Parts: sequence; structure tokens; C-alpha cells
Amino acid sequence: MDKFIKMTAIVAPMDRANVDTDAIIPKQFLKSIKRSGFGPNLFDEWRYEDVGEPGQDCSNRPLRKDFVLNQPRYQGAKILLARENFGCGSSREHAPWALKDYGFDVVIAPSFADIFFNNSFKNGILPIVLDDKTVDDLFKEVFAEEGYQLTVDLEAQKLVKPNGDSIDFEVDSFRRHCLLNGLDDIGLTLQHEDEIKAYEANRKKNAPWLFGA
Amino acid sequence: MSGKTLYDKLWDAHVVRQEEDGTALIYIDRQLLHEVTSPQAFEGLRLAHRKPWRVDANLATPDHNVPTTDLSGGVDSIVDPISRIQVQTLGMNTKEFGITEFGMGDPRQGIVHVVGPEEGATLPGMTVVCGDSHTATHGALGALAHGIGTSEVEHVMATQCLIQKKMKNMLIKVDGELQPGVGPKDVVLAVIGVIGTAGGNGCAIEFGGQVFRDMSIEGRMTVCNMAIEAGARVGLVAVDEKTIDYVKGRPFAPKEDQWEAAVAAWQDLKSDDDAVFDKVIEIDGSKIEPQVSWGTSPEMVLDVNGKVPNPANESDPVKAGGIERALKYMGLEADMPVSEIPVDYVFIGSCTNSRIEDLRAAAEVLKGKKVASTVEQALAVPGSGLVKMQAEKEGLDKIFIEAGFEWRNPGCSMCLAMNADKLPSGKHCASTSNRNFEGRQGAGGRTHLVSPQMAAAAAVAGHFVDVRDYL
Ligand code: SF4
Repeated sequence: MDKFIKMTAIVAPMDRANVDTDAIIPKQFLKSIKRSGFGPNLFDEWRYEDVGEPGQDCSNRPLRKDFVLNQPRYQGAKILLARENFGCGSSREHAPWALKDYGFDVVIAPSFADIFFNNSFKNGILPIVLDDKTVDDLFKEVFAEEGYQLTVDLEAQKLVKPNGDSIDFEVDSFRRHCLLNGLDDIGLTLQHEDEIKAYEANRKKNAPWLFGA
Repeated sequence: MSGKTLYDKLWDAHVVRQEEDGTALIYIDRQLLHEVTSPQAFEGLRLAHRKPWRVDANLATPDHNVPTTDLSGGVDSIVDPISRIQVQTLGMNTKEFGITEFGMGDPRQGIVHVVGPEEGATLPGMTVVCGDSHTATHGALGALAHGIGTSEVEHVMATQCLIQKKMKNMLIKVDGELQPGVGPKDVVLAVIGVIGTAGGNGCAIEFGGQVFRDMSIEGRMTVCNMAIEAGARVGLVAVDEKTIDYVKGRPFAPKEDQWEAAVAAWQDLKSDDDAVFDKVIEIDGSKIEPQVSWGTSPEMVLDVNGKVPNPANESDPVKAGGIERALKYMGLEADMPVSEIPVDYVFIGSCTNSRIEDLRAAAEVLKGKKVASTVEQALAVPGSGLVKMQAEKEGLDKIFIEAGFEWRNPGCSMCLAMNADKLPSGKHCASTSNRNFEGRQGAGGRTHLVSPQMAAAAAVAGHFVDVRDYL
């Protein structure tokens, strides 16, 4: 997993509450044998006029012009601003995979569904919880100013607005440690590489028939 | 201090690191891979630029999606595109990472839980994982075997370890002697009938007592296979002489120079006499009758001479509602004798009952008989290419074919209907598989779990019958 330290990017406003994982990535895409490549189908039903199918080339599909991610001013956005209970519904890990594959590294909302919240960290996405009023203000500012960017500083746990104002945010210290160091579950286990190797060497001595072949 | 259970011993021997919160890193000796749960794990490795920790600990074979009809066209002839891609992807991934694969057309290909023990790739004292919930099967050899999810498959590939919390110890003790015509499948169905599908939640189940001591290794596999239907991720049987005889000479088994040392190490793979279990269930084996599941959960089982339950006799309204729903889905009447349930399809196969002893037991019943004219399809699907070859050597294929069965190639087949073998809606199937959930064998299909002998007898009669009348 890539390290997440500090980034500045365009903010895309998803002005709806209860965005569920089936909206984030509809179920027909779950049969894939991949965990990458879901980006073109992120928010598929909202984004395209037609019904998407797995394995299809999305570049020529008719777009719904009014959908936020289709608007020119939000191209290249890496921060998604959302309303309450973002990521509710089925537990599919494809939802953070799709967001990440599209390019989102941060989702800001007043609240998140639990499983989505946990899955996000595991996939290198930082979900930030801010109070309703702050989120509401951000929505207003993003709508008002084309090219609106935020700086997300995980080390300092601060969001910095274009005018220099900053907003503090909370993040679990263990999660923060993992993101700052680019550690997923595997990365965490590999921190104990020496212990695994020592165990293995011992096992090889006591049960050599389990090795080779 | 009291002694250790078999599970305690296996666990202790594999702890790499113990965390304060109770989780531990457990070293994994063997990972078995199939085409459904491995592709995203391989991709995860690739995306993170990681390599498998120990290539030789992995062994792969496609099973869930492979066709069981003509295989001469190879992988490319699989009609369903998703199935084909999954099988192809397993081939490409194993090649890229240097992992041994028994692919389609290789006589060693088959259902992963049949292939592992058959090859000696799962051994006593090992930790075994596979991205499949029926991995507990391998516990029949005294191995600690867990079914895991896709992200865990990737974790094990990359680190050779599983993050796990220790479970509780449960002993299911079945003593006495089984009646003729009653087999391992009846025993495990009867156990699930007693403890329920949540009975083993959070536990590693050890199957102990005379019945399991007397049972063959293949029979023990049938029992451990269904530990998950009893709620437990792990099922175990202690190692004895039979285990050692079973393992000897198999391709991945310890070779001559290491054999003695391995056997010596395996002697201790049993619970100590003074070991303490958190839960003990005792069942009298001599009282177990041939079993038939009537409903949509494996705990909804009956003696073959029993009657389908009546929700009116159930005081718990939740249970009564469950019975009513199951009756409706299964198209059965309350209080109807099991022997009146018609059988439209018969499926002998799956990782529960597709080994040579299962096929022999079914063939013994079928010999010189015909499948009833009302039965629309009867499938015999050996668990692996090697099982199939052995059966053909013994002439079992002829018995099945002469009786009116289709003799197929190895795979999961109608156990979960991911390939073309599907149970049509509304049809009743006497199935030797392990799950009777709604739609498991095909949308709307009605599954009745039985032993291979009972499936064979039902095929001949066209409805469920007591196999003891056929022996
Ligand atoms: S035979 Fe059935 S239960 Fe066994 S691995 Fe295949 S699909 Fe799963």
C-alpha cells in the first residue's frame, strides 16, 4: 500500500445522504476476478445513461451530464465530499476498491457505515468524519468556487482550505500509523518477518518433510 | 495442570507470535487454492509487488467451475465466460508465481478437498488453509484446517501466516457400533440434527469415541467436512494407525528417510486423557438411523422412517415459522412420512461424498438394479481424476451406467451448480453434498442431504427408502 502523508486535490461534492455500496459499485461488477479496474464503473448507474456490464469498454458510453463526476470542473478530484451514512448497504470490499481505482484517496462525510469505514483504511482511503455544520460549509464553498482544493495533512490531522483556514480532524492512532507507513494487514504482519523466519527455520529442522516438493 | 486437547497441541505448535488482545499469528504449512477465491488474492500480490512467501506450500486445482461432461476441448471449451475466465486465470496465476497446479485434463485434478489428502499434500500435524469453508475436511488426518476468505488467502500467500484467535474446544463423542447401512454421512447429519447449525460456533470440534476410531479415513473426512454445517470452522479426528497407513506412499508424503521421524512426531496427535473440553456432547452411535434432510438447513434432518415436522407441534414461534417456510419452499406437507418424498434427481458427488469408498457403497446398492423411471437425471461425479480411474478399474462405472446413472468427470458439479449441472426449480434431489440452502443446487431446487447408499436406494425406488431393506 502507498504511504499516505499529505495531499492537495480538487474536491468533488456528492450531495446525497445514504449513498450505499450498490450505488458505489453495482452488483453485476462483483463477478470480476479482479480487484482493480472498477474505477470506470464507480457510481455506474448514476454516471451513465445505459446499463453497464462487466468487461465493457466504458469510454464511449453515454454520460449523464448532470452527474457530479461528469462535470469538467471536478475532473481529477481525489477528495469526495459526502453526506451522512456514506457506504451503507452490503459489505462488499469492491466499494473502496472502486473509489480508490477511480482516484479518490479521501472521503469526507458527517458519518460512515461501519464496514465501509474499516474497509476504506485497509485499502488506503482516508475517511474523515466532520460535524454536519462543517460539512455543510464545505459543500457551499465547493459549489461556489470552481477548482476548489483542500489539503489533507494526515500527520498534523488537519484540513487546510484555499484561504488558509484549517480544520482539525480525528483519526484512530493505529489507523493513522498504518496509513502514514503504507501498512495494510499484510504489511503489519511482515513487520514480524524475523519471527516468521525464525519459526520457519525451526519447523524445517523438526519437520523437514513439510518443505520442498 | 490438565492435559492438552489435540486442537491445543496443533495450535501451540504453530503460534509464531501471540498478541495481547488474543489474536495470534499462526504459521500455515499448506495452502490449497482453487479458481473462485484465489484470483483477487493473486492480483493483490501483484498490485503490491509482493511474492508468495513460500511457493512450495501452495497447491492449486480448479474445481468449482469445471464442466463434468466432455473435457476434450480443454479450458477454452467452457461455455460460461465467467467460469472460463476463472479457470484460465488460475492457470495463468499459478504459472506466473511458480505454484503447482493440477489443471483440467490432469488426472490429479479434482475437488480440492479430495485432492489434498489423496496426494498426501495434507498431512497429520499440518496447518492447512483454503479459501473454501469445507477445508475442515483435512482435519480427518489430524491436521488443523481452516476455511478462509479471499483477503486471508492473500495474507497467507504473502506471509505464510494467518491472523487468528484461538477457538474453544468441543468434543463430540459417539460411542457404540453403527448399524449396518448407517455410514459416516448419517453420523454427521445426526450430530448436526442434535447440536444444530450453530452448535459448534466459535469451537474447534474433535470427533472422538468408538465410532470414529472404527471409521475409515475417508469416512472421517466426510464427518470433518461437515463441521462447518455444525457451526465450527475446524473439525478434527485424532491420528491413529489408520491415519498413518492412509498417508504412507502418497506423492507428497514424507519419503523413506524422513518417514520414521514423521511417524514418531505424529504419535502425539491426540488429546491427552486428562484434557479438558469446553463443551462435550455424547451420542449413542448404535441408535443412529439412516438420515434424510427434509428442509433448507442441514439441521432439518430426520431418520428415514420419520415424519416431516408439523409447525403446529412447535411451541417456539420463531422455529414454527422456520418450519413453515421450509415446508413451503420444499413443497412438503407437515407430518408426511419421509418415504413419501419423491426423488426427481440424484447427485452422488461433492467433497463430502465423492471418494472411492462412497462410490463403492453406492454401487453396492445399485448393482443389478435400475434407476426408477420417474427419476429425471442421476449423476455420479467422482471427486478427482484418480478416484475416477480407480472406480473404473473396479468396474464401478459400469454398475452406475447400467443402472441409469451418468458417469461424469471430477468437479464440484451440482453441489453448488456453478458449472452447467443445475437442479431445476421445484425438483427434489437426493444429494450426497453438504448444503441444502435455498437455491444451492440451482434456483428453486429442493435438496435432500443423504449418504451415498441412501442416494442410490432413493434412485432405484424413486422416493426415499431405508437402504437397510436393499442390503
Ligand atoms: S464440492 Fe461443494 S462444498 Fe465441496 S468445495 Fe465444491 S462447492 Fe464447496
